[in-house]
Amino acid sequence: MNIEELEQIAESVRLENSRYDFEVNVCMDLACMSQGSDRLRDELVKAAEASGKKVLVRRTGCMGPCSSGPLVRVDPEETLYHHVKAGDAEAIVSSLGGDPVPALQCDLNEHFDKQVRVVLENAGHIDPEKIDDYIARDGYKALLTALTEMTPNGVVHRITESGLRGRGGGGYPTGLKWGTVAKAGGDLKYVVCNGDEGDPGAFMDRSVMEGDPHRIIEGMAIAAYGVGASKGFIYVRAEYPIAVSRLTTALREARRRGLLGNGICGTTFNFDVEIRLGAGAFVCGEETALLASIEGRRGTPRPRPPYPAVSGLWGKPTLINNVETYANVAPIVRNGGKWFFNMGSERSKGTKVFALTGRITHTGLIEVPLGIKLWEIIDVIGGGVPGGHTLKAVQTGGPSGGCIPAEMLGLGVSYDALMAAGSIMGSGGMIVMDDTSCMVNVARFFIEFCMTESCGKCIPCRAGTAQMYTLLTRICEGQGTMDDLDLLVELCDTVKNASLCGLGQTAPNPVLSTLKYFRNEYIEHIVHKRCPAGVCNIQAPVEVLA
Amino acid sequence: MSKLKLATVWLDGCSGCHMSILDMDERLLAIAEVVDIVYSPIVDTKDYPDAVDIALVEGAVASVDDERKIRKIRAHTKLLVAMGDCAITGNVPSMRNPIGPQAILDRAYIENASAQPQIPCVVVPQLLRVVRPIHEFVKVDVFLPGCPPSADTFHAALTALATGVPLDIPALTRFGA
Amino acid sequence: MNDAVEVKTLIIDEQEVSARRGQTILEVARENGIQIPTLCSLDGLSSVGACRMCLVEIKGSNKLLPACVATVYEGMEVTTNSERLQKYRRNILELLFAERNHICSVCVSNGHCELQTLGQQHGLTHVRLPYRNPDLHVDASHERFTVDHNRCVLCTRCVRVCAEIEGAHIWDVKGRGIDSIVITDLNQPWGESACTRCGKCVQVCPTGALFDKSKVGADHPKYPDFLPFLNMMREAQ
Repeated sequence: MNIEELEQIAESVRLENSRYDFEVNVCMDLACMSQGSDRLRDELVKAAEASGKKVLVRRTGCMGPCSSGPLVRVDPEETLYHHVKAGDAEAIVSSLGGDPVPALQCDLNEHFDKQVRVVLENAGHIDPEKIDDYIARDGYKALLTALTEMTPNGVVHRITESGLRGRGGGGYPTGLKWGTVAKAGGDLKYVVCNGDEGDPGAFMDRSVMEGDPHRIIEGMAIAAYGVGASKGFIYVRAEYPIAVSRLTTALREARRRGLLGNGICGTTFNFDVEIRLGAGAFVCGEETALLASIEGRRGTPRPRPPYPAVSGLWGKPTLINNVETYANVAPIVRNGGKWFFNMGSERSKGTKVFALTGRITHTGLIEVPLGIKLWEIIDVIGGGVPGGHTLKAVQTGGPSGGCIPAEMLGLGVSYDALMAAGSIMGSGGMIVMDDTSCMVNVARFFIEFCMTESCGKCIPCRAGTAQMYTLLTRICEGQGTMDDLDLLVELCDTVKNASLCGLGQTAPNPVLSTLKYFRNEYIEHIVHKRCPAGVCNIQAPVEVLA
Repeated sequence: MSKLKLATVWLDGCSGCHMSILDMDERLLAIAEVVDIVYSPIVDTKDYPDAVDIALVEGAVASVDDERKIRKIRAHTKLLVAMGDCAITGNVPSMRNPIGPQAILDRAYIENASAQPQIPCVVVPQLLRVVRPIHEFVKVDVFLPGCPPSADTFHAALTALATGVPLDIPALTRFGA
Repeated sequence: MNDAVEVKTLIIDEQEVSARRGQTILEVARENGIQIPTLCSLDGLSSVGACRMCLVEIKGSNKLLPACVATVYEGMEVTTNSERLQKYRRNILELLFAERNHICSVCVSNGHCELQTLGQQHGLTHVRLPYRNPDLHVDASHERFTVDHNRCVLCTRCVRVCAEIEGAHIWDVKGRGIDSIVITDLNQPWGESACTRCGKCVQVCPTGALFDKSKVGADHPKYPDFLPFLNMMREAQ
């Protein structure tokens, strides 16, 4: 395989596509599929055949606004249909060439206008199980360019130059990480893709894996070339069967095309990727626990240093990045570091995918340039809070993050600004809460999550989160005292600073941020025995007797 | 100077702490120079006095009666001392917590009764579902762990409390001592 | 600051000390008579950094490091006993005492229990946290030993000594978070497991969780100090 052959494949796909007058794209992401988009696709195929029109029915990855699913987009007109049932197939096909079906049409221009698609540029446009579709949209061009025209150092430099930071949550500079692994000694190195997405309300990585799997493989291959690795692992949670199956297909296709394996594209570069399934432990998203799990051991974190970049899988230097980080690599190599650097805010470059959920009109997947104001995401892209309710808070960063109050919607979304506000960027979960949410109860929910997902190795996280949960439950039930609140704050400090890994170190964040911005709700529960949002069931305290 | 009013209380415990107090032997006489025992299982007072300076409380809170008592004691005491592990940790009485009071009552009064198996419900106070240390109910000023704290510990602690000298408890005693 | 230099000089608690490259902060501190409290760490076993009792402060970093695994570097400035560290250690001990049913007065290890001693050393006279009172079992199926999960602090010394020193690896951890528990074999009774009956796990257990049936009452001191000697003898062979 070389650039010319790649071009030929792209050309033949374009030629094939030009035979059709219309392209009907059906979203086959998990959310749309769960509402029957697979049957819808079958019906569309049947209707298209019966109509005699030249129609290409294509299954695609996530188009974004999941709450409007199942979604269908008709190209070249770019007509978007929402809530499409299998029974609507005929109407859509017969409208081709004429006026769109008004009953199904939706206007989501506002939703899309402020978005910038880098990671999701292919999602909704290609068939994730067809490598040629990916190649037709410049896929694998970056890998070939890197292999034939760039030195490994050059690749690392380009990533450094782009200012890309880890999209898994920590925001560690990606180029710096790559450079460390590249400099580490040894003839065997690994690259690992962390697809163990587990934050409640987060599904960015799943959508990328389901919608554009080759992008991840290409990113990993470029990374492997840059750092000198020859073996890769994608760690995906077993709860993502569609992602696993599409990745498996993608790996097979990539090998078949000679884009993985030995002597890739006629160079001396060897690289292949294996999939490893997670067994449902949230903590395996922590890199050292993930590595232990890949090695076949119990998924518990270990103290760092040594960092995986120096001593990772089986003691070898290992590069671990998140799905979205790898998804950014190919476009950066293709378009240059500067191109990426010019997007985003001062210290947070590029775009970020968020899973917008909760009390918001358009729930789904969005991609925005970093630095965008929070209100733009909520009010414009998300369409605001539905049902006449008022926005109370936005929770970012999953159980490691915090709640940002409605008054702070002017905040620019960047790693540093979110951190300063007591939350974190995290992997991209964004849960919108309105006046029907009790913030004490929200804190309790996240602490319960951390308690059940703690691996149990270190004491502060294992027993600390359990105690915090007990104290929060007392407060929610109207049995808490101000002493309990003091104890809770003290425990937050200990768990945050004394825990072994990121899970414990960030577990208190939901409590600390709600205490910072919604302390009055805690006080209401404790002193006045009432829940302002009416969520907690507070009864007069009774000691249960024998 | 008038003598300090001292109370000692026996909640859910084995009375070992009280035995240990008595183990101070002749040193009790010196203690009696500075305190008056106004309420105790070993003196004949039925009601807790209104104003007590120091109360030594033995035992965990295990019944509704214990809870009522400890709240009353707190209200009428200047300095509340949790005496011994039962008062501080729940100790042996709390060993029923994982299985609950019903299982304990059944075993004691039904399964192992040779005649007329029945769980007593008249006169005896109802058990709480969970046995808890007294500081979970009221504020405690001094914690004197040990099972029981030794007579030397009591002597040193009482002398210090009566004279206002600072008290280094961990140097004297520990849980289970 | 050349990393190849074998000898490092550093400061621990305002005391200048020297160390070999690769030594942990804990080793160097102990060599110099500076006591850092530990619970899961044991001389002769691999370190896991799990109990967090040995956390120390490093000047210039706001991250606390476990002294049992963190290695020294040239010019490092370590504080082992600040008020903040003492507070965390007390909190950790309170968490442990409240986590399971530690009834010192009826424990075989009363008087020689590492948890109890740490509690006393850290001035713990009571536990402010609510006791969790979990319903845990006692496995007395083994002919010689008993495991009482009420007293276990999940330090995993038994797991490590059995895997690393005895080579049997019958102990491991089951479950997650607060439900974690040490098990023998695949959660079979200890007496039916592939246990070699060497008793090392009992000797290294810091509390009364693992004990010898032939010992009654509080007459059960443990001797984990055999480990470094055993390792030394093995290396000499």
